[in-house]
Amino acid sequence: MKIVTICGAGIGSSGILKVNAERVLRKLDIEATVVAADIASLHDVVSDAQVILTSHEFVAAIGKTNASVVVIENYFDTEELTAKLHAALG
Amino acid sequence: MALPPLDDRSIVIGAHADDWRGAVTLAADALTNSGAAQPGYGREMIRMIEEHGPYVVIAPGLALAHARPGPLVVHDGLAIVTLAEGVRFGHPHNDPVRVVLGLAIADPGSHIAAVAALANVFNDSDAIEELAAASSAAEVRQILGMTP
Repeated sequence: MKIVTICGAGIGSSGILKVNAERVLRKLDIEATVVAADIASLHDVVSDAQVILTSHEFVAAIGKTNASVVVIENYFDTEELTAKLHAALG
Repeated sequence: MALPPLDDRSIVIGAHADDWRGAVTLAADALTNSGAAQPGYGREMIRMIEEHGPYVVIAPGLALAHARPGPLVVHDGLAIVTLAEGVRFGHPHNDPVRVVLGLAIADPGSHIAAVAALANVFNDSDAIEELAAASSAAEVRQILGMTP
């Protein structure tokens, strides 16, 4: 399973989302690779991804994709991440 | 790896900013003053928000201002600005911002360790309130888990 975190620079916010997503996935006992990327290189990394984690600002730019796009409001709220990842991964 | 060092030049407490650009500029100035970034880095941080919107407001009351690694970054650096009055960035959920983190990253390959350290601090939901209320640089470093 592959999860992509997207922000404007590919560092910083997407990095925090990556770190916290990995922590949540470990707790949920789900094996996944989490990749942080900037919106400009989305198409290089998204083709085999199941989930995209991002802010609502990037949803329009992400556009049509086979991955589930999950919008995170509080990047440090691991409960929000847990609930939304759980829902997205069924 | 821990957070980049946070000397007194990187910490600005109880500052006033007229708008989000002013708040980001304060963080950029702190990064410049501490030697982590060149003066033009702040314009890049502002441009990221102009281009992509207020996504840098990643938690209630907290903005993580940053731009891409590049020639304007001298070395990894962190700056913290607390605002006397909250500033609106236009985020639908997390305004107003009371704490601005400025982040300069020289090498994207190794930056995950630094943001993991940030996550360790801010996954505690009280940390932003505590920083906003801090009255000294020493207190800020203590909240961030940096021993003097």
